[in-house]
Amino acid sequence: MKLITAIVKPFKLDDVREALSDIGVSGVTVTEVKGFGRQKGHTELYRGAEYVVDFLPKAKIEVAVAERMVDQAVQAISKAANTGKIGDGKIFVTKLDQVVRIRTGETGEEAL
Amino acid sequence: MKYLLSTFMLFSLLSFAGFSFAESAVETTALANPAAATVEVATASAAIATPAANKGDTAWMIVATVLVILMVIPGLALFYGGMVRAKNMLSVLMQVFVIFSMMAILWAIYGYSIAFTEGNAFFGGFSKMFLKGITPDSLAATFSKGVYVPEYIYVAFQLTFAAITPALIVGAFAERVKFSAVLLFMFLWFTFSYLPMAHMVWYWAGPDAYTDAKAAEAAGATAGFLFQKGALDFAGGTVVHINAGIAGLVGCLMIGKRIGYKKESLAPHSVTMTMIGTSLLWVGWFGFNVGSNLEANGLAALVFVNTLLASAAATLAWVGAEWMLRGKPSMLGGASGAVAGLVAITPACGWSSPMGAIFLGLVAGAVCYWAVTSLKSALDYDDSLDVFGVHGIGGIIGALGTGIVASPSLGGTGVWDYVANGVAEYSMSGQVMSQAWGVAIVIVWSGAVSFIAYKIVDMLIGLRVSEEVERVGLDVSEHGETAYHD
Repeated sequence: MKLITAIVKPFKLDDVREALSDIGVSGVTVTEVKGFGRQKGHTELYRGAEYVVDFLPKAKIEVAVAERMVDQAVQAISKAANTGKIGDGKIFVTKLDQVVRIRTGETGEEAL
Repeated sequence: MKYLLSTFMLFSLLSFAGFSFAESAVETTALANPAAATVEVATASAAIATPAANKGDTAWMIVATVLVILMVIPGLALFYGGMVRAKNMLSVLMQVFVIFSMMAILWAIYGYSIAFTEGNAFFGGFSKMFLKGITPDSLAATFSKGVYVPEYIYVAFQLTFAAITPALIVGAFAERVKFSAVLLFMFLWFTFSYLPMAHMVWYWAGPDAYTDAKAAEAAGATAGFLFQKGALDFAGGTVVHINAGIAGLVGCLMIGKRIGYKKESLAPHSVTMTMIGTSLLWVGWFGFNVGSNLEANGLAALVFVNTLLASAAATLAWVGAEWMLRGKPSMLGGASGAVAGLVAITPACGWSSPMGAIFLGLVAGAVCYWAVTSLKSALDYDDSLDVFGVHGIGGIIGALGTGIVASPSLGGTGVWDYVANGVAEYSMSGQVMSQAWGVAIVIVWSGAVSFIAYKIVDMLIGLRVSEEVERVGLDVSEHGETAYHD
C-alpha cells in the first residue's frame, strides 16, 4: 500500500477529485495549506505599506491506494492538476505500513 | 496602457475643474455663517410675536443628527476596525463605541455649556451645565433671522460632533494603547481641546443680534476668538478634523511605533469592513455637513451637492494617483480617498460652488495620498490608521481652500453680511489669512493640550500595553473576547 500526498492549486481540487473517482479511488482527505516552492509569492500594498506574501494557499490531498493502483492514481492526479504553469504543485508517494477501518476493524487493503 | 489611462483620467478631471472655475456665473442668493447661538425665548419682547421652531427645519435636524450617529457607530468603528489586524478588531470597535457614549454624557454635563454659552473668547460659561434651563420651548438660532430650531435638537446635533472627534483620534495609536488610558486621555482632550476649539470657531450671538452696525459690533465682541477673526468653518474642518489629526500625530509620536512596524505584516484584516464603514461615513456625512446648515433650504441643497462631489473627486484622485505611481488601484485607496474628500469639503461646503468642491476633492485626494505614503515614510512615524495623513492634512487643505473656493469670483457664495443683509465684499487673500489663523491656532492648541494630556495619562496609568499584550492582541488581553471564531 502507498500513501499519495499531492499539493495542488486550490482551483484544481475538483478536477483531481473527479479524476480519482473515475479510476475507482473511493476516498481522499483534503486540507487547505500554505507553502512556497518555485512559484514566488506576491506583494500587497496598503496605503503605501508593502507586504510580501510568501506563502501561497494550496490544497493538500492525501489518498491511500493499493500497490497496483499507485501509478494510475499518480497519473490521474498529475494530469488533472496540470496547468503547465509554475506552481502546479508536487506529488509525494510514501510507503504505508498499515490501514485500519475503524468501524469494522478490517485491516490492510481490505480497509481501503 | 493602464498607466496611460489613469494619467489621462486624472488630468482630464483636473482641467475640467479648472475650466469651470473660469465661468463663475453662479448667482448666490443666501448664505449662512458657521454656527448658531441659542436664543432666550423669555427675553423676547411681548410686542413681537413669540418666536417658534420651524417644523421643517426641526425635522431635518432630527434626521441629520441620526445620520451623524450612524457615521460614528458603526461607520467610523468599521472603517477603522477593518484596517487593524483581526486580533485587535474588537479593541477598536470598543474604543469608538465607549468614547461615543462617554462624550455624550460629558456633553450633557458640561460640554454643551462650555462650548455654546457666552463666556470669554476661548471658553464659554457654566450657565447651562446639566443642560440647566433648557426646555422643549427653548430655541436655538439658525443662520436666518427669525428662524429657529428647538435647542434640544441643537444640543443633540452638536453632541454627535463632540463624540466623533475624540473617536477619530484612536486610529493614530490603534493596536497598542491601554483601554483605560484611551478613556482618560479622551476626557482631558475633550475638555481642554475640543470644547474651547468649538467655542472659538462656532460660538456667536446668532443672526438676530446683528440689527445695525453698532449692535453687530457689540454682538461680535461676544463671539469666539476665531469667529471674530473671520475664520470660516462650516461643519468642522478645524474643530473636528485638524483638531483630531494633530492629537493623533502627537499621540503616535509620543507612544511610539507598533511592534513589528515595517518588519512584520500589519496588513488590514478586512478591507471589506473598511469599505462598509467608509460607505456609512459617506452617507452619514450628509447629516454632518448638510445638518450644519441648521435649515432645510436651498443652501442645504448646495452643501449636499458639494459634499457628494468632493468625496467622489477625491476618490478618483487617490485611486488615480495610486494607479499611476504604484501600478494598482486599491479598494483601501478608494475608501481613503472618499474620506479625504469629505474631510476637505467639510469647512468649505456652505461657501463653495460645486466645481470648487470638485477642485478641493481632487487636491485633497492626491495630497493625502502623498501624505500617507511618502510623508509618513519620510518622517518615520507610525500613525496606524493615518489620522493625521487623512484628517489632519485633509482638514488643512479644506480650511485654507475654503478661503479660495468661497470667493464669488470663483463661483463661491462669499460671506453674508447680516447688517447689510447682503453678500459682503470678498477679499480672497484676506480670507485665506483668516483661515490660516484658524489652522495655526488649532495646530498649536491641540498640539499643546494633547502633549500635556498624554504626559498626564502616561504618568498616572501608562499609555502603552506590555509587549506580551501587544503580541497576543488587545481583544483577548484588554477585553477578554475575540472578534472571530474559526
